[in-house]
Amino acid sequence: MKVLVCVKRVPDTGGGFKLTADGMRVDTTNVGFAISPHEECAVEEAIRIIEKHGGSSTVLTLGPPAAQEQLREAIAKGITGAILLEAEDYESWDPAATAQAIAETVKPLGFDILLFGNESADTCNYQVGLRVAHLLDLPCVTGIKALEIQDNRAIAKREVKEGWEVYEVALPAVFTVKEGINTPRHPSLRGIMSAKKVPIEQKRVTKPSTQLVRKALKKPQEGRQLEILGQGPEAVPKIVEKLRELGAI
Amino acid sequence: MILAILETAKNALSEASLETVTAARDLAQKTNDSVAALLIGKGVRALAASLRGVSAVLIADDERFESYVPEAFAKIAAAAITQKSPKIVLAPGTETGNDLMARVGARLNLGLATNCTEFFVENGALKRVTRSNWGGSLLEEVEILSSPIVLTLAPHAIAAQSANGAAPSVETLSVALSEKEFRVRVRELIPSEKKGISLTDAKVVIGGGRGMGSAEAFQMLEELAALIGNAAVGATRVATNNNWRPHSDQIGQTGAQIAPDLYIACGISGAIQHMVGCKNSKKILAINKDAEAPIFQRADYGVIGDLHQIVPALIAELKRLKGA
Ligand SMILES: Cc1cc2nc3c(=O)[nH]c(=O)nc-3n(C[C@H](O)[C@H](O)[C@H](O)COP(=O)(O)OP(=O)(O)OC[C@H]3O[C@@H](n4cnc5c(N)ncnc54)[C@H](O)[C@@H]3O)c2cc1C
Ligand SMILES: Nc1ncnc2c1ncn2[C@@H]1O[C@H](COP(=O)(O)O)[C@@H](O)[C@H]1O
Repeated sequence: MKVLVCVKRVPDTGGGFKLTADGMRVDTTNVGFAISPHEECAVEEAIRIIEKHGGSSTVLTLGPPAAQEQLREAIAKGITGAILLEAEDYESWDPAATAQAIAETVKPLGFDILLFGNESADTCNYQVGLRVAHLLDLPCVTGIKALEIQDNRAIAKREVKEGWEVYEVALPAVFTVKEGINTPRHPSLRGIMSAKKVPIEQKRVTKPSTQLVRKALKKPQEGRQLEILGQGPEAVPKIVEKLRELGAI
Repeated sequence: MILAILETAKNALSEASLETVTAARDLAQKTNDSVAALLIGKGVRALAASLRGVSAVLIADDERFESYVPEAFAKIAAAAITQKSPKIVLAPGTETGNDLMARVGARLNLGLATNCTEFFVENGALKRVTRSNWGGSLLEEVEILSSPIVLTLAPHAIAAQSANGAAPSVETLSVALSEKEFRVRVRELIPSEKKGISLTDAKVVIGGGRGMGSAEAFQMLEELAALIGNAAVGATRVATNNNWRPHSDQIGQTGAQIAPDLYIACGISGAIQHMVGCKNSKKILAINKDAEAPIFQRADYGVIGDLHQIVPALIAELKRLKGA
């Protein structure tokens, strides 16, 4: 079994967003980087498939050289190979452009299972995986929370309002994964050490013309006025009063 | 023409579809255009006549469309766009709506702006849209260079409104489908086993984060929820990643989006990716031992202190009041 998993490097800004002066990007000074939780689960799923069925797994990202950090993290957890499609300007690539570069790279490599996140953490486009599937003419199921491989078929479950849609498709196939499909492991110390030695295949890519062009980023209104009810258990009568006021009790 | 591609659930238009029709009508008014709707599914013909404020309804009613058939639906939607040459195509930004429109965008080599929240019309033409980034924590203004402009509408971005007027004309769209368009299909539908009050239906949601410290500690949140009644317990990603709670309890960008009357956040720092899942709560009460925690900038009421003292004291007080 040959499994591919695609991840995107994004700023990890827990406390709040600071925008750059031109209002076009998230200010990443003093900010760490991460991948989407959906993609973390896709990485975990790739590792589990190989552990169970044998074969190899490859992690791919289209991004700046610094995105090696995300590739090495995946390798440290158990992914066996990595591809970096180097593009400093990756934030201005639209999903069609990203999909085109990924599809061109992976087409000759013959993967059986291609995993993506359901949506990237920052731009949330919901489409790179589907567009890659279209370019490779492969079946695709999105937003899956369960995947089972049986010989040359896959059974994938997608959660909808009414319950679970169970899909069965022939491999090779593309799946976009949602958090909840598994609980991702942490890398072991040995994994982290040996990940440093795994070679990363690098290829420079240039942006084709894009159909979506960002003009500005802005923050939505946040308008809450804080009222401190008190400190410690002494605040309980005040909390009860509020619960009454709000009709909660 | 503006083409609204709608989705149905249980033989009715979904709420997101009604919002989409409303947005399409609004756009049509500003661009001096008409609206047509496309309905794909089994038995959708019966729904066509109920649509108002649209001039035409295109129908692809097929016995085989009991559930979503992604590639068949995409082929039909792409055919409708090719035949009718709309200026704008709009669909609901639900999981299925985004799935369908990404397939349509790929087929027709068109850009797709998902989860739009605002539309900017200048001189009768749609120039720009605002779409949600980071699950709604940030908004991005984008220009779409491909034509027609293909968009999905973020759920709840606008309220659905009914319209008056004459019944629309109904037209059957016939698109030849082969085996290939059925290679991805639902083999089985497993109904969800609903137990208790769901996070999205509860009037009060009590969330626990890293400050809870263990799976066992969530027991007191369950007890509090039971005392309040019509309440459910949720969690942060830290809590679900530690296996203190199942992922289905997670609130946030990659979890549930809730909108209760009151959200009580216990031992939660208030990271934007968590808060984007509860920002539609009417009121937010935060219990945190750190007065500097970001959640206090995103809450209506704050209690500073150790939740392991405050929550048991609150439970004791509510019990006392109930007993009295
Ligand atoms: C793309 C992306 C998507 C994400 N999606 C989600 C999501 O869907 N949902 C989500 O929740 N997170 C999500 N996250 C993670 C998010 O950024 C935060 O890491 C997470 O929400 C933090 O959880 P927490 O508040 O429980 O933990 P922490 O940030 O560690 O905060 C714990 C808080 O508890 C307080 N505390 C500790 N002990 C006590 C005590 N005894 N009494 C009172 N207070 C105490 C501390 O003061 C602190 O403020 C996402 C992250 C990324 C990058
Ligand atoms: N620059 C990128 N490099 C690698 N994979 C990507 C990139 N952008 C998006 N993806 C993958 O495509 C998924 C969907 O992205 P999107 O369509 O942007 O929401 C992500 O979860 C990733 O798995």
